[in-house]
Amino acid sequence: MNVKQTTVRERRLGITYSSPMGIWLTVFFMVPLLIIIAYSFLTKGLYGGVEFPITFDAYLQMANPNFMRVLLRTVWVTTLATALTIALALPCGYAMARSKHQTLWLGMVIVPFWTNSLIRIYAWIAILSSEGFLNEMLKTLGFIKESLPLIYNQGAVTAVLIYMYIPFAILPLFTTIDKFDFGLLEAARDLGATKPQAIFKVLMPNIRSGIITSVIFTFIPIFGAYTVPLLVGGKDSYMIGNIIVDQVTKTRNWPLASAFSLIITLISTLGVLWMMTSTARERARIKQQPLKDREDTLGPSHNGLTSAGRVS
Amino acid sequence: MKGFDVTVKDVSRAYGSFKALDDVSIEIHKGEFFSLLGPSGCGKTTLLRIIAGFDSPDVGTVLLDGKDILPLPPDRRQVNTVFQNYALFPHLSVYENVAFPLRLKKIQPTKLDTKVREYLHLVQLDAHIDKKPSMLSGGQKQRVAIARALINEPNVLLLDEPLSALDAKLRQNLLVELDHLHDQIGITFIYVTHDQSEALSVSDRIAVMNQGKVLQVGTPYEIYESPATDFVARFIGETNLFPATVLSCNPYKEEYIVSLDIPELGTSIMVTDYDPLQVGQKVSFTIRPEKIKITTDEPRRVGKDINLFSGIVEEPIYSGFQSKYYVSLSNGTVLKIIQQHNNYMDDGPDIAWKDNVFVSWSAEDGYIVEVVDS
Repeated sequence: MNVKQTTVRERRLGITYSSPMGIWLTVFFMVPLLIIIAYSFLTKGLYGGVEFPITFDAYLQMANPNFMRVLLRTVWVTTLATALTIALALPCGYAMARSKHQTLWLGMVIVPFWTNSLIRIYAWIAILSSEGFLNEMLKTLGFIKESLPLIYNQGAVTAVLIYMYIPFAILPLFTTIDKFDFGLLEAARDLGATKPQAIFKVLMPNIRSGIITSVIFTFIPIFGAYTVPLLVGGKDSYMIGNIIVDQVTKTRNWPLASAFSLIITLISTLGVLWMMTSTARERARIKQQPLKDREDTLGPSHNGLTSAGRVS
Repeated sequence: MKGFDVTVKDVSRAYGSFKALDDVSIEIHKGEFFSLLGPSGCGKTTLLRIIAGFDSPDVGTVLLDGKDILPLPPDRRQVNTVFQNYALFPHLSVYENVAFPLRLKKIQPTKLDTKVREYLHLVQLDAHIDKKPSMLSGGQKQRVAIARALINEPNVLLLDEPLSALDAKLRQNLLVELDHLHDQIGITFIYVTHDQSEALSVSDRIAVMNQGKVLQVGTPYEIYESPATDFVARFIGETNLFPATVLSCNPYKEEYIVSLDIPELGTSIMVTDYDPLQVGQKVSFTIRPEKIKITTDEPRRVGKDINLFSGIVEEPIYSGFQSKYYVSLSNGTVLKIIQQHNNYMDDGPDIAWKDNVFVSWSAEDGYIVEVVDS
């Protein structure tokens, strides 16, 4: 049998097998993305939609200081919420990985997904609002007399965003930490590291891929979030997602909405690329040298040992 | 002698109802190569982890150079460990693994570099400095682990079955290297192993452990030649062990000549012993296979101090430098006998399957293990 023929046939089979995913990605991802790119370079229609001629108007409109403020705030809130999410998810993932009841904890992380996210946000409104559960409880217990402003501000948005996306951070962290050899922490302690030193110098570098995955899984959805700031935020907690919705539904400036969408996609893509290149670089560094020069035999070892002498 | 002495006093440790260590006391001397030997689950690793600081005893004390170290965390004890699975940091190169303890101490860079290279040279890894642990073979990994454990200049080095993951030949080589390293550095080595031949070949002294208890502490020679209990006799090397009853015990020169009734041998035999025994006392009798002589012809001069039996070879096992024979006596009891092949034999070993043979040993070669009532 001809070897070359086989590979050609196999290649053809590969194309056949991967075609459903290829078609799916083209129809539901590439084409919409191209449409968005095209829209962002067109003129705004009077009642929505787009018209010719081709223009850079949308991108020029983005230079508006109000929009810039929202963009900067979005970057800031997203960074803060992501950082806090990871900071909380790390100890959770660690505790889960070391626990004897992993399935139970995994279940508790996954169970909230069974409830629609909007309902869960409304539940937070019920908890945080001025006549809500938390304020009423604090009043009953006598800690406060007047309701605290717990909702419709930046703090509420950050807190609820963390709540919404922490499972996406915990799961990849848990799987990476679960594979970590905890004996390495003992080795670090044995060699003179304190507990925090062992965590930061040995655990953290070895679960880097899990941390990067968690950052991406939380940063990207939070960056595009719009329901949370809409429902629990105030006027000053608008994020890019809200601007896009407004531009599509109220102001009917579709080219501008498209331009903002592209900004989100661009920043997210850069994030994923950064993750992929840094893990690929790590892998390349490990594979660099082949296992060619194994030398296990004793050989002239005594000479080697004695010539080295005792270091003191 | 460098290094510290380690004193373990009345240490017990239980996990639920399982007693990992049951009132263990051991004195390890300065600069000694000391082995903790026993089957898995005997408590030897638990004891090592207590000395290292990863576990703490329910009761008892551990002294290092006379000072109680139990209140200290692992990073503040002057002991370092070579772990069974190496425990190298996968994200660091060989160089950085060895440098790890020094970086924690914030040692000046040039001093650090000199020292790291010196220790890598000590374990002959100069050529592999920049490799990641995943690119090393098992033996190389173990050497990195040894260099990393030594660079802090500990006073006691703990080795937790460091060779068990390596193949037999490499194990022998590294064992010799470890022995050289110990001679050279002169600190105390505490070596945990389940392999009695490893322990016998390198240790100054050995503690044999079983079920959380220390059964015997002694030099390899003492442990092999005069085991304290049945377990030690069976665990160290091979032996023929029989329950026996003392028939008579008479002083002779500086020893005692003891006559033992051994039901399994169907007769009584003579043994010499250094301690007097009570008539009627229950003991165990042990004779090592290599101390029994096996011949096809009946030995001519049989003195009173020679125990002689005849039997049939049930199973001859030839292994080059020696042969092992399973000889069944007339009453069905089987004796293990090992014969060294010191001379060239034209037609192969002269003892074959189903041969009638005579087996004999001198009264001095047997050993009486005193049975402790349990």
